[in-house]
Amino acid sequence: MDRALRLDLLGEVIIMALFKWISGKRRHRAMAPGMLVVALFLIGGIYSIAATPDNATASNARSALIEEGKNIFMRGCSSCHGLNAEGSGIAPSLIGVGAASVDFQVATGRMPMADMSQQAMRKKPVYSPEEIAALAAYVASLAPGPAIPTAEQLNYERDGNVAEGGELFRTNCAMCHNAAAQGGALTAGKYAPTLMGVEPVHIYEAMITGPQAMPVFGDQAITPEEKLSIIKWIKSVESEGSYGGASLGKVGPVTEGLLGWVLGLGSLIGIAVWLATKAR
Amino acid sequence: MSTELEPLADPGLPHHVHRKADTDPAAEKRAERQVSILFLLSAAGTLLFIYSFIWIPTDVFVFLPLLGNTNAHQLGIGTGLGLALFFIGAGAVHWAKTLMPDEEVIAQRHEMRSSDEDRASFVETVKEEAGKVQLGRRSLIKRSLGLALGLVGLSPLILLRDLGPLPEQSLLKTTWDKGIRVVTDPGNRPLRPEDLEVGAIAHVLPEIKDPEHRKLSDIAKDAAILIRVRPSELKLSEERMAWTHEGIIAFSKICSHMGCPVALYEQTTKHLLCPCHQSTFDVPTGAKVIFGPAARPLPQLAITVDDEGYLIAAAPFDEPVGPSFWERNI
Amino acid sequence: MKTRREKIAGGVANFVDERTGAAKWVKKNLQKVFPDHWSFMLGEIALYSFIILLLSGTFLTFWFVPSQEELIYNGSYTPLNGVKMSAAYESTLHISFDVRGGLLMRQVHHWAALLFLAAMVAHLLRVFFTGAFRKPREINWILGVALLTLGIVEGFLGYSLPDDLLSGTGIRIAQAIIQALPVIGTYLAFFAFGGEFPGELFIPRIYTVHVLLIPGIILALITVHLMLVWYQKHTQYPGPGRTEKNVVGYPLLPVYMAKAGGFFFIVFGVTVLLGAFAQINPIWIFGPYTPTQISAGSQPDWYMGWLDGLVRMSPPLETHAFGYTISWNILLPGLILPGIIFTGMALYPFIEAWATGDKREHHLLDRPRNAPTRTAIGAMSLTFMVVALINGGNDLIATHFSLSINQIMWGTRISIILLPPLAYIITKRVCLSLQRYDRELVLHGRETGRLVMLPHGEYIEVHEPISPEKAYLLTQHEQRTPLEAPGADANGVAPRGGIKSKVRSRLSKALLGEQIAKPTAEDVKAIESGHH
Repeated sequence: MDRALRLDLLGEVIIMALFKWISGKRRHRAMAPGMLVVALFLIGGIYSIAATPDNATASNARSALIEEGKNIFMRGCSSCHGLNAEGSGIAPSLIGVGAASVDFQVATGRMPMADMSQQAMRKKPVYSPEEIAALAAYVASLAPGPAIPTAEQLNYERDGNVAEGGELFRTNCAMCHNAAAQGGALTAGKYAPTLMGVEPVHIYEAMITGPQAMPVFGDQAITPEEKLSIIKWIKSVESEGSYGGASLGKVGPVTEGLLGWVLGLGSLIGIAVWLATKAR
Repeated sequence: MSTELEPLADPGLPHHVHRKADTDPAAEKRAERQVSILFLLSAAGTLLFIYSFIWIPTDVFVFLPLLGNTNAHQLGIGTGLGLALFFIGAGAVHWAKTLMPDEEVIAQRHEMRSSDEDRASFVETVKEEAGKVQLGRRSLIKRSLGLALGLVGLSPLILLRDLGPLPEQSLLKTTWDKGIRVVTDPGNRPLRPEDLEVGAIAHVLPEIKDPEHRKLSDIAKDAAILIRVRPSELKLSEERMAWTHEGIIAFSKICSHMGCPVALYEQTTKHLLCPCHQSTFDVPTGAKVIFGPAARPLPQLAITVDDEGYLIAAAPFDEPVGPSFWERNI
Repeated sequence: MKTRREKIAGGVANFVDERTGAAKWVKKNLQKVFPDHWSFMLGEIALYSFIILLLSGTFLTFWFVPSQEELIYNGSYTPLNGVKMSAAYESTLHISFDVRGGLLMRQVHHWAALLFLAAMVAHLLRVFFTGAFRKPREINWILGVALLTLGIVEGFLGYSLPDDLLSGTGIRIAQAIIQALPVIGTYLAFFAFGGEFPGELFIPRIYTVHVLLIPGIILALITVHLMLVWYQKHTQYPGPGRTEKNVVGYPLLPVYMAKAGGFFFIVFGVTVLLGAFAQINPIWIFGPYTPTQISAGSQPDWYMGWLDGLVRMSPPLETHAFGYTISWNILLPGLILPGIIFTGMALYPFIEAWATGDKREHHLLDRPRNAPTRTAIGAMSLTFMVVALINGGNDLIATHFSLSINQIMWGTRISIILLPPLAYIITKRVCLSLQRYDRELVLHGRETGRLVMLPHGEYIEVHEPISPEKAYLLTQHEQRTPLEAPGADANGVAPRGGIKSKVRSRLSKALLGEQIAKPTAEDVKAIESGHH
């Protein structure tokens, strides 16, 4: 059972007992207002006793989390991002990037980066969810920044609209991530990754934090509901079956042309060779 | 001119070798059976096609290796019809190869050229008939006919005149004008500077009365993007600097090369990339072309804020947006 | 006694012949001889794909609505419900999701289009590399170039019709090309689109062009193309018994009819199977066209890919003078280069005939190695097109092979200048080596790999003489000397136009000059007598 709830119950029991004791003497004229005052004091007192240790524990826990996050940061991140997350020549400052950014980068395995010559890519995360939460808490404690959206905020099934999401996606995202969210090329070897199999929370975080080359999409440019619509549309593309056979990567005419030449014309030429050879 | 010495002699067509089916009745029977099996396979294909068409619902998906989760109806009718057609052909070819006569035949060729007599008499006939008309002598008729034919040839061109209006000034103007609010695309929500943080991009259109009925031909000229960078990062002339607002800079989204929407913005390098032909524009220097076939920067839109703090256009575009055209004068 | 069936057939034949006199003509032509070779089927693949296109296209017209009128979708593909789109796009969704077999036919139509053009290109390469375009077939070559051009335009219009995001992007680029034409461009664009891009008229207009005008012209040209093939009789590969004066093969009835007819069904079957198993142009994924949207990796179909590749690699050139603009970055790769390429292609038979002074008919095909310069020119042009085509897909190549588009772009920019000449040189060298190899084969026979020790201890490899058929095949081609420089004209007339004749003798030298002398009967005899 929750600690705070237990204290509440205790307080209630004490108050009930007091009432019983006083109710025996209630014929006294001054009893009623006096009782009220006593009762109020008691309640206030008990609550203050009950609440104080709770707040203290929470903030203690929080600072412990931040402390843990700081430790992880010192060991794993500070060599690039600086001892105080102030950034360096090779890595940006993390002051003010917020918990959402940390969650996105670390939980998708992009950070820590193995090879700086390449774009950070999605891979198995190095840290456990608890460690990531600690890191996020530490970075969030440096300066305010976008928070990790809660499950309630991410209920895209309820709050999203697929068709609207598609429209938004095609205007705001498809030019980099491709119309079917399969990814695409950017300048100088950078690329926009495929969005297939990405957690909804990470899609959301990417939009509000603008990781790597991706720009930020503020809540006025794309409202939170619209963001959920985009997520819902991506998820619908992900689960949609193929209507016309092998999807050929959903990247358009290049693979189609290749297949037409190799498999289409290739097999027909093979058959033509059979057709033109003499039977034995 | 030929240096031909004596070439090697032509040994003539190789001796005809009989097929098994020509000499061995068992092989002939076997070939016959093979051909009919191919035709029967075709019939089976048609049955599969009919079955799938009628009895497989169109919303059933099956998981197949390589193909993934695929629509069963489409797969069924396609496979059935494809095999039905394919095996008719395979049967016919196999029939021709194994059972029809396979002895090669020689046919003689004849020169395409007509004989000299024919050609001479042709020329003669033409001359004679033309002479009767006396076209050479009647130059008035010849010239007036030439004129008439030439003029009548113009009429289809004139008939096509009403295909479209004349360009007039329409390529030079967009909906943007002084004081018109910037609204999101889609959504049609006005934006304030604080809605865009550094590194943000917004795809925008000019605010109009009836956003539900925007004309595509207007969108094709009006589409714009807002990008926010740190003001110190902008490397613009003083005049152009005044067109920005607190580090927010606006450009036409229509590529100056061939009109695709230029919308790939990389906030790290501050480059805009056109996905059609990979022209790359550098935002801090006013969308100068740094790579690719585009020859001109994206037109910059002057922006500011109105009394209520919303972003507005400070002036219309000062040059035509989109791809170049002959009359474009900058 | 005649059977009933024979009587009916006889009656019909009689009816037709009395009215047309067809019996004589048909009898003669049923015995028409067609040589058999797989490479002669490439043109047939193109022809059959065109028939498939007519059939599947007709099916599609039953539902397709060629209109850009805007409406709100409310149909069975739910992810697009409530989205604004054109009637053309909506009807394409309807064909794909509500008409049974509609998606299959759409895919068959699109695959057949890709195959139609691929087969035409393959056929063109076969004709070029074997010299089948030479007299008397120059007209058919030009018809072929015209058919290819029309096929490309027709394919592009078809790609544009559904009004999805990809097709709209294609139309946008086409509009920019029209608009870039000096002086008349803006007017032409306004007439074509009925005003500003995209307007509401373009799709209905190109629909008529796509389903009526161009298919009609293609059909007419194919008819002439085939009539000429029929009349001139097919070319044949060289070999024993095959001469310029004869044609060796199978009669039309029954063998060729069965094979060609059967092959039609095979092509149709393969196309339908492609349509069943491989999704093509999934327009519901791309979404309806609006000018503010675009997808990463927007490409045209492959037959326009080389054009897109050229446009991508074009230098950023534009001329601004006297208040006017000339967009070289569009005109050069979009119109001028393709114009030069296609004109050069159409004129090539005449250029070669002029340079070699060869005015005779040719019905025996060349082995590509025996025409090294022509083969090298072909390889050079092909290399140019392939490099351009690769650049047309540079963004996908970049993501799939972890490269940068800038690298690929610079790579192809340099390659398109360096590689074609390199291909020319290498191909020519390879051809000459093959000629040398042929000569060795004829004179010294085939290497058997068997080693024999001679009495004095020397090892030699045993060579086996090749068959007389093979030897004939390797030596049947003629080797001509190049035309002499001015002065030695056949008629002895003093040359006029010095440059022209200089160019001619230079070309002539290139085309005929470098050859490895083929063995003559004397050579072979000399060798044989030396051996024994």
